[in-house]
Amino acid sequence: MAPVLPATASAAPAARRRGRAAYVLLLPGMTWLAVFFAIPFVTLFMTSLQQPVPGKSGKYAFGLEFGNYVTSMTEYWPQFVRSFAYAGIATLLALLIAYPLAYFIAFKGGRWRSLLLVLVIAPSFASFLLRTYAWRTILADDGPITSTLNALHLLPDGRVLNTGIAVVAGLTYNFLPFMILPLYAALEKIDHRLIEAAGDLYASASTAFRKVTWPLSMPGVVAGTLLTFIPAAGDYINAELLGSTKDRMIGNAIQTNFIEFRDYPTASALSFVLMAAILILVFTYIRRAGTEELV
Amino acid sequence: MRWLRRNLVGIIGILVLVYLFVPIAVVIALSFNKPAGKFNISWNQFSADAWTNLCGVPGVCSSFVTSIQIGIISTLIATVMGTLIAFALVRYRFRGRSTTNLLIFLPMATPEVVMGSSLLALFLNLRFPLGAVTVAIAHIMFIISFVVVTVKARLQGMDPRLEEAARDLYASPRATFRYVTFPLVLPGIIGAALLGFSLSFDDFIISFFNAGTLVTFPIFIWGAAQRGIPPQVNALATIVFLAALAIVLIAQVVSYRRRRALQGA
Repeated sequence: MAPVLPATASAAPAARRRGRAAYVLLLPGMTWLAVFFAIPFVTLFMTSLQQPVPGKSGKYAFGLEFGNYVTSMTEYWPQFVRSFAYAGIATLLALLIAYPLAYFIAFKGGRWRSLLLVLVIAPSFASFLLRTYAWRTILADDGPITSTLNALHLLPDGRVLNTGIAVVAGLTYNFLPFMILPLYAALEKIDHRLIEAAGDLYASASTAFRKVTWPLSMPGVVAGTLLTFIPAAGDYINAELLGSTKDRMIGNAIQTNFIEFRDYPTASALSFVLMAAILILVFTYIRRAGTEELV
Repeated sequence: MRWLRRNLVGIIGILVLVYLFVPIAVVIALSFNKPAGKFNISWNQFSADAWTNLCGVPGVCSSFVTSIQIGIISTLIATVMGTLIAFALVRYRFRGRSTTNLLIFLPMATPEVVMGSSLLALFLNLRFPLGAVTVAIAHIMFIISFVVVTVKARLQGMDPRLEEAARDLYASPRATFRYVTFPLVLPGIIGAALLGFSLSFDDFIISFFNAGTLVTFPIFIWGAAQRGIPPQVNALATIVFLAALAIVLIAQVVSYRRRRALQGA
């Protein structure tokens, strides 16, 4: 097979014009994002510091009650730990599952490439909630998967459903396309001649992979793990539909406190801590992995 | 053995593709099921009732229509706004470029639960009534970034010589835009709109926070999950799945034919 070179723009990018027109184009969309994305973070932070109004239950007023953070963290730290652990395991599993498929599509896909990519995103067209719920059928206590694992004595609780294993399985499945697509994009850009050169220099297939393919696919690995980990850590659908009350994640705590208990300060504090934790993680990760261009 | 080693990646790749479709098969199969109890989880008996009586369960079709309406409105607004931003980013030099890029990137890197809850905090503080308007506002907010990224990629991938050629042939800037630039970017804009609609239609977390008493299709499913999801929901989801698949496959065929035609000419 002839080496397929990635399609690049055949000439230099068009010269960028300078001008006020740019601001006119930016104005509507950026205003929307500022008002409904950026400002809400300020409101969220303010809400997280509110104090209850004495004598009126369920009413909160402006305050600087940093104690909300202490109480919410002492009460909900297990959910935090669980969210990051489940999301971490799911991300690793997704990487292991996604890499061979992305590699296959990029290197062996040939003229079927775009069709294979359609097949990767096609499952997302069916409702997220129903796809998650379908795992209740697949992992059912009397189903083939659970019985096989039980016959091998691999399940500590004797079941998959309503345990953390089911939650991790659901998370891994649901965010898999977010891992496959960036990996594919990175692998597709690799010049095959580099891998051939490694072979010509007597590198074994595994050495060539370790020293050439894997390092060159790093941008995809970084983008893919981030795009999988972030939504997985904040997700509460999988924990709610596939896990038991002992497997709840931080998203469940935020949702119940906001919508059911109407304890806005606690819910906002939890939400703010989650955002801060993820941002710190993302920035240290990008620094260490050394990929700046994500968008 | 050698055959297995050489084709190992392919075999694993195909197994992964199969794995991706297992839950879809379950969703479709259960739409033809007659549930034994109230939960439609295990196979009982074949029945086409859900398909012949799609709206047979109260609330299911109205929630479906609500989701389509909100999807269309939010997609239209977000596509226009996002396309304008993409043009500004690719075609102009301006101050505040990195801030703009950051504000586009962050919504895609923020967990939905954080976006949903912070927007709810805003609406609660403003005492803004929750409903279709707040859900649409939220959807527009998180779709814009995806539109920008999609349209920007298309604009950057365009051959600049085509526009130069138009100018060389004395086309006015307006005519160049109308007859060259816009038709070339249009597939990107349509793709962005389809992506935006599917994100809006399937969104649960952000919608649930800001919906108040409004019931979208995913919110209906969430509520039904506690009492048992009726097979009608599976049937409607199957229709959406097949329709989306058909649209994408047709687009693939059209672009493949067009490429072949261009190469042949």
